[in-house]
Parts: sequence; structure tokens; C-alpha cells
Amino acid sequence: MKHKTFFWFVLPSVFLMVLFIALPIVSVVTQSLYSKHEQVIIEVENCGPFGCTVETTVDQEATAALEAAEPLGKWAGLDIYKDRNHLALSEVASAWINADGLPDFGKSLMNLPFYSALGFTITYTAIVTPLTIILGFMVAIAVNSVAKALRGPTIFFSLLPMIVTPLVGSLIIFWMVDARGILGTGLQWLANDPNLSVKASTPLMWAMLMFYGVWHSAPFAFIVYYAGLQTVNQDTLEAALIDGASRWERIRYVVVPHLAPLTTFIALIQLMDNFRVFEPIISFSAAAHATSLSYAIFNDLGGETRLLSSAAATSVLTIIFVAMLLSPVLVRTWRDFGTRK
Amino acid sequence: MTLMRNLTLSTAFVALSTGAALAGGHADCGDGRLNIIGNEFPAIQTVAAAAQACAGDGAEANLTSEHQTLNVAGMTGNPAEYTTAIVANSSIVALINEDVIQPLDDLVAEFGQDIPKQQLITVDGKVMAVAFMANAQHLVYRADVLQQIGAEVPTSYEEVLDAAAKIREAGIMEYPVGGAYAAGWNLAQEFTNMYIGTGGSFFEPGTAQVSINNAQGVEALEMMKALSEYMNPDYLTHDSNATSAEWEAGNVALMNMWGSRTGVLMDDEGSEAVVYENTKVGGPLTVGDSGTPATTLWWDGWTVAKNISDEDAATTFKAMKAGVSSDILNDETMSQAVWLMDGFEPAPVNEGVLASVAAGSTPYPMVPFQGLLHTALGDNIADFLQGNESAEQTLADIEAAYTAAATENGFLQ
Repeated sequence: MKHKTFFWFVLPSVFLMVLFIALPIVSVVTQSLYSKHEQVIIEVENCGPFGCTVETTVDQEATAALEAAEPLGKWAGLDIYKDRNHLALSEVASAWINADGLPDFGKSLMNLPFYSALGFTITYTAIVTPLTIILGFMVAIAVNSVAKALRGPTIFFSLLPMIVTPLVGSLIIFWMVDARGILGTGLQWLANDPNLSVKASTPLMWAMLMFYGVWHSAPFAFIVYYAGLQTVNQDTLEAALIDGASRWERIRYVVVPHLAPLTTFIALIQLMDNFRVFEPIISFSAAAHATSLSYAIFNDLGGETRLLSSAAATSVLTIIFVAMLLSPVLVRTWRDFGTRK
Repeated sequence: MTLMRNLTLSTAFVALSTGAALAGGHADCGDGRLNIIGNEFPAIQTVAAAAQACAGDGAEANLTSEHQTLNVAGMTGNPAEYTTAIVANSSIVALINEDVIQPLDDLVAEFGQDIPKQQLITVDGKVMAVAFMANAQHLVYRADVLQQIGAEVPTSYEEVLDAAAKIREAGIMEYPVGGAYAAGWNLAQEFTNMYIGTGGSFFEPGTAQVSINNAQGVEALEMMKALSEYMNPDYLTHDSNATSAEWEAGNVALMNMWGSRTGVLMDDEGSEAVVYENTKVGGPLTVGDSGTPATTLWWDGWTVAKNISDEDAATTFKAMKAGVSSDILNDETMSQAVWLMDGFEPAPVNEGVLASVAAGSTPYPMVPFQGLLHTALGDNIADFLQGNESAEQTLADIEAAYTAAATENGFLQ
């Protein structure tokens, strides 16, 4: 393609990407470096149906003057990143000095909101991503060997978890695992413990969230692998069959290598998705047991007093972590394409 | 072609006539705009419907439990999307902080001289809202269960614990205590009640400096934990709705619940006769010996957006005034709330809120940084209730989380 043709071909999408991706990120980074103005607080008398009280309030005129002078807010630099609700540098340092061994340090670290959210997010990503890939692959292999007439319905049923809206899907599971729900009661019967409750136990809640994560995203891996399976070279498979390779050996030495690039693709998408785990925490009301970086952003924005700078700082940190997480996969892809030339 | 032209013409005609109908459809509240944002429960639905009827066909209302996340954003633009927000004494603070609602003094002088003085909410002498109902959390109990164990109606949390132990011992219920203890806003509200009940104060007077890491803070947390031992193990996921459902299922005999929700518990829908017939309301509970009820008083009221035209403001004011006038009180709406307007006659479901007012309960603090503390409380208390850390550690975490947030928001240096 001529350079000029290429330029006009990609121009619209580059323009849209700058407008809807790059500029918002610039705005978020800027916001995270500024904090709100100092609020001028005065004492006033408030009256209502329950009588009068002396309370503090914000002096609107004085604060408005400050805001007019510096519309972006007060320059905070990296202060927001360093405060206790984010990287908590000074708290981590003092925990390190005062810690009685590594486990004790870990416990102090997990007591800080950012690190406990990060801890869950990383565990979730590390467990859900490989399980999703393995399960998706297994389902794809199974569906591929089902009789042709039954394939349509089987594919539809395998895709159902992805078709169901995440909020609705997790709410249904949430009710089923309730101590009085069908799965909850079943678990109590299995464990022979009438007080067992998934919603009351942190380890069970984590397991629940991860189970949901795998259940919900396995169909994506499945459908990609299933498409890939249609392109496996039948001659090679037949040759392997004649050479006496078992079904397992055919999968291991023919199918899996053929699907390797797809695995990279699925891993890339799943790593990004899982690192931003959010909906299940809301619909499972799991905030008491597990929080994620996305949940922290939501929590900052949803409160009665919105913390825009705090949410912006967490967003920037999330972007940095996703970039770090993806870099090995991206480097690999880059090399693969490089060697092909 | 003719058909096409006919269609176009008739569409234009319909559009014109609908426009005329809309313009002519306004009733008594002027030609301005009315768009309400507010919480959704029966009393607010009644108010919004009456206000919309007065403002005519174009009037809109967005009633949702997510109102707190929408109202500031929806009133910041110019002109504001919402011309009025229905708020409570906690949520009005965010609107005042962001300077998106206007003082109502001129409008009151012009159109609202007959609004009873007790309904006017003034901040620094300026009318900022008009209240229409009062709300509070108080005891709700099952008379038959208390009778079975031979206990009096509890007036303190200590007596609640005693009664709960007896109910469990008698084998009537395994988890006789209920409460909206869902991690987040609800849990923070329960702590706020309990801490006020111990006689504690949240901030150093006149400053934004938090001070809850003290004996009262520990006492409040320990009482909450003692109560949680008698609650369904899933209590950290139970908000007001889930707690009410537990009650209607007959699983709970004692709980601290909102006055605005008792109507649902005492009607004959959703539960068996033995449950709804024996559901009674008591007064606010106390804790320890401070003498202050462990509850907070709330009012719900309406405001007028700042960034709207004078005409819209006048219409909004007149419509909302009509929405909370005595005219809305009838057999159906009378028991929906403790209404503040003249002509309100209390029903048995309202007794808990009235008892809370009579007991001299503390109004929820209208302080600009209380919302930040509420968030910090909601994020951290679950750690203590689950036995992961000491009360002092939890209180220290709350103070630290609050301090970081208040610094970012410019309340602390």
C-alpha cells in the first residue's frame, strides 16, 4: 500500500483513538497531579426541624475565589500517589522497619487499602487467566468432537455464560450460594457444618469470585479456540494417526502448537480483563472480603464526597500495572513477527 | 409522492398540536421546567407525583437509590439537568460543598410565606432546603417472641443481647438479631449511631481533625461485634432490603431499623400473619450509660438548583411546595412517613421515629467532611467484625484513611 493511501486509510481511526483514548488518559494523569483547593471552613448556625446547632461549613465565596485563581486545583505533584490510600510509601517503610518477620510485614501491607486491593487483583488474574485458557481449550476440543448435528446447540450452551450480563449472572450465583440458597445449603450438607456460609468467609468468597471469573470468561477462550480448531491441517493429523499417535499425542504435538498464537491472543485479552475485575465484587457484595483496583476507583467516585484526584491516581496506577503485566506477552509477539520477516 | 407529502404534513401537524398541548398542559405552577432527582421510597414517590402534577406534562423525575452519585453531576452543568434534588441532612452537604443549590429566601418570601417555619432548613441564616419528613432508626421487635421468653421490650443494646441469648437458648431462633450491617454505607451508619450513643464526638471541635480512636470508639465497635454474634453469618452483605426480607421470613426477632421501612414490615404482604401481626416498633436503643440514644435523626427535604433560569426556579419552587403541602395527605399516604406538614396524624408505624425525636436523639451531623469519614468507616469496620484485627487498629486505620482523603479534598493541611 502506498504511504499516502495508508495515511488516509488509518486517519479516521487514529483521530478517534486520540480523541477517545489518548486525550482522556492525559486528562486523568493531569487530574491525579492536582488536588482540591484548600477549603475555607467557617462555623455557622444551622436550623431545621430538630432545632439549631452550630456546625462547620465551607465558606463558598472565599473558596470560589481560590478556585478562580487556580482552576485546575492545587498542585500536588506525586503527593496523592504517596498518601496512605495509594502507595502509602511512609506506612510501608515504617511497617518494614517495625515488622517481626516477613509474614508480619505482609499482614501490615495487606492492611493498607491499595495493597489489599492489589493483592486480590493479582491473585485473581494469576488464577483465573490460566484456568480460563485451559477450560476454554477443553470445551473447544470436546465440542469439536461432538456429532455435527449437535454442534449448534452445544456451542450455544457453551456460550451462555458470556451472553448473560455479568451483573445478572453473578447475582444469580450470589442468591444460589446464600446460606439459605440451593448451593449454600448443599455446601453446608456436604461439609456437615450448618454454620458454613460462603458470604461470611473470606477464602470461600475469593474462591467464589474466581469460580465466577472462570465461568464467565471461559466461553471467550472456547470460541477463539474452536475457530482455531477448524484450521488445523487435517493431513498432518491423519499422518500422525497413521504413525500410531494416540488422541492425546495428536493434541499435544499437532493441535496445541498450531493454536499457540491464539493462546497468546487470549492471554493478552484475559490479562487485561481480569486485572480490571469489578462487577462480581459489586454484585456479590464482596467488598468486606475482597476489593480490586477498579472497585477502589468506583468507591472514590461513588461516595457522597467525590475524590476525583484519588480515583485518577488509582486509574493511572492501574494503567501502569496492566502495561507491566502485558509487556512479556507483547515482547513475545513483537519477536514472533520480527523473526517471520 | 403525494403520499410522502401527506405523511410529512400530518407529522408536522401532530408535532405542532402535541407542542401546543404540552405548552397548555401546565397546570398551576407556571411555564418553567421541573426535573426531580431523589431517592426511591413510597413517601418520596408521593411527593414527586404531586409536584409533577402541578408542573404539567413536561415535568420529569428520576427517583433511584443511586441519587447521591447522580445529583451533583446532574446539577453542575449550566443549565442544570435537575432543577431540584430531594436530599437528606447528610446528602445536602455535598450539594452545598459544590455550590450547586441556591438559597431560597427570595422564593420563600414571594411564593412560600405559608410554609411552616419548622420545615425550613437554614444554613448560616439562609434557607437552603424545605424539609417534609423525619426519619430515624429505632427498635423493631416481635411481641410474640419476647412474650415466649418472658422478656420486657428492650430499651438498650445490653437488653437486646440478653433477650437474644434467651431466644437462642430457648431454641426459637438461631440468629434472632437483625441489622443493616452490609459493608459500606450501611455499616458506617450503624457505627455512627452506636458511637453517638456512647457519647463520643467525631471531630475536634471546630476543625476537620478526626478523633474517634478513643474509649467510646472501642465501646461502639465491641457492642457491634457482640450483636453480630447473634446475626445471620451473612450479615456483612445485608443492606436494609435484605434485612427487611430476613424479618419478613420470620428469621429475626429484634433489630434496629429505619422508620421509613416499618410500614412494609407491618403490612400483610410478604410475610405470614404471625410475623406481621406481632411486629411492633419501640423507641431508639441506648448503649452504655451516656444517656444519649444510639441513633441519628434525619430529615428529607427538597432544594432548588443554582444554575437554572428564574422562571424554572419559580416553577420548581411552586411545584415542590405543592408536592409537600398538606393536600397530599390521605388515607394511603398518611402512614408512609413522619410528615412535617400540618395535618399529619401519626399511625402506629410512625411511633418509633416520634419516640426518637422525643428522646432528644442527635441529628446526623451536617458537616462538610462527615461524608469522607462515613466512607472511611464503611471501608474498614468489617476487618474488626471478622476478627482480623483489634478495635484500636481498626479505629487507627479509619482515622488514617479519613485523614488522607480530607487532605486531598483540602479540609486538612
